[in-house]
Amino acid sequence: MAKVEIRSESCKSCQYCVKFCPKGVLAVGDKVNAKGYEYVVPVKMDACIGCSICARMCPDAAIEVYK
Amino acid sequence: MEKVYSRTTGIREDMVNGFCPGCMHSTIIKLIGEVLDEMDIMDKAVGVLGIGCCGLHMEYMTYDNTTAPHGRACAVATGIKRANPDSLVYTYQGDGDFASIGLGESVSAANRGENITVIFVNNGIYGMTGGQMAPTTLFGMKASTAPKGRIAEEHGYPMHMCEILNQLTAPAYLERTSCNTPANVMKTKKAIRKAFENQLNGKGFSMVEIISNCPTNWGVEPLDSLTFIEEKMLPEYPLGVIRDK
Ligand SMILES: Cc1ncc(C[n+]2csc(CCOP(=O)(O)OP(=O)(O)O)c2C)c(N)n1
Ligand code: SF4
Ligand code: SF4
Ligand code: SF4
Ligand SMILES: [Mg+2]
Repeated sequence: MAKVEIRSESCKSCQYCVKFCPKGVLAVGDKVNAKGYEYVVPVKMDACIGCSICARMCPDAAIEVYK
Repeated sequence: MEKVYSRTTGIREDMVNGFCPGCMHSTIIKLIGEVLDEMDIMDKAVGVLGIGCCGLHMEYMTYDNTTAPHGRACAVATGIKRANPDSLVYTYQGDGDFASIGLGESVSAANRGENITVIFVNNGIYGMTGGQMAPTTLFGMKASTAPKGRIAEEHGYPMHMCEILNQLTAPAYLERTSCNTPANVMKTKKAIRKAFENQLNGKGFSMVEIISNCPTNWGVEPLDSLTFIEEKMLPEYPLGVIRDK
């Protein structure tokens, strides 16, 4: 069991996390945050292995990981 | 479940920074914070920021920092470190700042073996001021001051700062890294840690040159900037340890 928590207000939709997640857990959502970015959301949280690759790649420290 | 990756205490909890989407200035200040957390030295860290987009860190960092006149960060860091030898003093400079206007101060500090750490963020362009050519701009890479891209006869050649400083006797550690892949992010973090440890061990001048991006002035999407680094920047600026003594 693992999961990610995403601060939607910090996300700038660069998609680095989406590209590098080995399990396809993340995707750009259809809602925008206060800065106008379409923030990333987990679409397959059950597949998360807690590897933290997404969090390491995220420039904006928007992701925290639990395992 | 246990938390296995936390946001560093080196950046403000309550703030969204001003960097453009995908800008690795954000990644790098985060990594510096993670290293300071892990070494448990946040309270003795002092950042000396250059002029450029790195100025956007000023409000975002949670620990002591100051901003040097353009290019003079190594000189300011020298003063701070000599007066407070127990502090961990690092400069954070762009390529315009470190290798262009500040070239004299940068080379002189390295030549003195000054016991400071330089985090040199090479994105091949003047980001803050709108994409003018930097000493590190690649051949053929367009800049607002070079619409046809760098041409050797007119503008000279891209400058390799690690290799230039490697001609000096004094520097202790010179490494070039990038943040374009998860593995390279981890190598960058390891290099920053080593450079900080060198300073605490009194080894003298250490520099980590980080090949970074500027999606905004490169005119590409963040994801495409990763490809540009891989295909264009890294062949010109190969990664690795250039000196470790
Ligand atoms: C003495 C002086 N000259 C020129 C400027 C204008 N200026 C501000 S930032 C900058 C260059 C920044 O480029 P770089 O160091 O590569 O930082 P980046 O924004 O790309 O990270 C220049 C020329 C200035 N602020 N002060
Ligand atoms: S922790 Fe790993 S598996 Fe989970 S979302 Fe992040 S990158 Fe994907
Ligand atoms: S890496 Fe961070 S800022 Fe970029 S899309 Fe993912 S969560 Fe958002
Ligand atoms: S202008 Fe370039 S260097 Fe500056 S914040 Fe934007 S992407 Fe980063
Ligand atoms: Mg620059």
